[in-house]
Amino acid sequence: MLAELSVSLWRGASEGRYETYTVPQRASQTVLDVVTFVQRHLDPTLTYRFSCRVGVCGSCAMTVNGRPRWTCRTHVSKVARGGRIEIGPLQNLPVIKDLVTDMALFFEKWQQAKGVFAPSRTRHDAIAQIRPDSPARIAADAAIECINCGVCHAACDTVRWNPAYFGPAPLNRAWTLVNDERDGGNAARLQAIAGSGGCHACHSHQSCQELCPQALNPTAAIAGLKRRTAAAYLKGEITA
Amino acid sequence: MNVRLYVWQRLTAALMAPLVVVHIAVIFYATHQGMTAADILARTRGSMMWASYYGIFVAAAAVHASIGVRNVLTEWSPLDDRRAGQFAIGLGLALAVLGLRAVAAVVLS
Amino acid sequence: MVHRLSGLALAIFLPLHFLALGLAIDGEARLESFLRWSDRPLVKLAESGLIFLLTVHLLGGLRILVIENLDWRDGQKQLATLAAAVSAIVAFIFLARVF
Repeated sequence: MLAELSVSLWRGASEGRYETYTVPQRASQTVLDVVTFVQRHLDPTLTYRFSCRVGVCGSCAMTVNGRPRWTCRTHVSKVARGGRIEIGPLQNLPVIKDLVTDMALFFEKWQQAKGVFAPSRTRHDAIAQIRPDSPARIAADAAIECINCGVCHAACDTVRWNPAYFGPAPLNRAWTLVNDERDGGNAARLQAIAGSGGCHACHSHQSCQELCPQALNPTAAIAGLKRRTAAAYLKGEITA
Repeated sequence: MNVRLYVWQRLTAALMAPLVVVHIAVIFYATHQGMTAADILARTRGSMMWASYYGIFVAAAAVHASIGVRNVLTEWSPLDDRRAGQFAIGLGLALAVLGLRAVAAVVLS
Repeated sequence: MVHRLSGLALAIFLPLHFLALGLAIDGEARLESFLRWSDRPLVKLAESGLIFLLTVHLLGGLRILVIENLDWRDGQKQLATLAAAVSAIVAFIFLARVF
């Protein structure tokens, strides 16, 4: 006799409720397997996002038993408590339907934080020689693997409390660009993240670092930005 | 919170760290000795050292607490940034005035 | 959260502390009678609580200064637990010494 899981899934949008389904438990089952089973065999009206299924795209991020995780990389055996799991959409983002959130706000904050590469050379210039062991490049490389999954955004207390806050992911990306020798946009970038909503709103709770599926440390990146902006402010290069 | 408030917040915090340790030591000493008001005031009256120490402490605490409270208000209350800032400035001034008054109370005869 | 709540509590306490000390303006006797009033066990208990709040706020603040300025990447939980434990010990020592 197969063991069974009792799975509560969020149905609806900002208004809605958790509905419970019974799903057969299988060996090495992931939370994404469970959601897929419900949609294919129990309720085709369930809406959810996924893509690669193997932990490289970040599309399947959802709230599992209160914590944001990649569902394709979360084994049921690790999170089910007494045979039950509760799955909801990522927090701190508007819900479109069921388990799907609207990521537009997340990406708008990337723009506001100037987490965008600003070129300083053209194709007619020589290619920049970047040493991979330079301290700046090491700092940038430590933070560069972000794939915009939104887990840190969903986990962050400050994002939840402060609607103006850019969030860990945009600031983490801004940090990689601040450390990129080829980037020419740092004056504007530091000014943008030194204002309200910028890096200084971060309280270093480290939920982002704790939960990042890529093992990145946005808290450290943001700490670097705090130091850089503070230095720039004290030198008069940016204004408060 | 912006870079200017952040710098003031962290600088006053760093400044107060040793001041707080000394203050806790003073509290332990005074209570252990069972000091009376007379004992305390005998040490503080006319003392430039205590006046400077606690004067600096009060100023730093007034700045630090008001920025901290401002943050809490912007995140946890419906007040907007401007109102929160005004409240914080008010709190900072109140702490500075009451605090410097207290320092004067124990230092001046 | 502990850091925030302790900060709020201290911010509320501080004006009262200043007002109490300000009693010395009216002369030593006023301050003395306040100190005698504060000799009561419940007040001493509250004072231990304040010592706890101050110490935990200090240690939480040091944790932030370390995370933001040094390369320390440890999770917050260990540091936070350590901070709370040390604060509790300090507050307890205070309580023990005044009784």
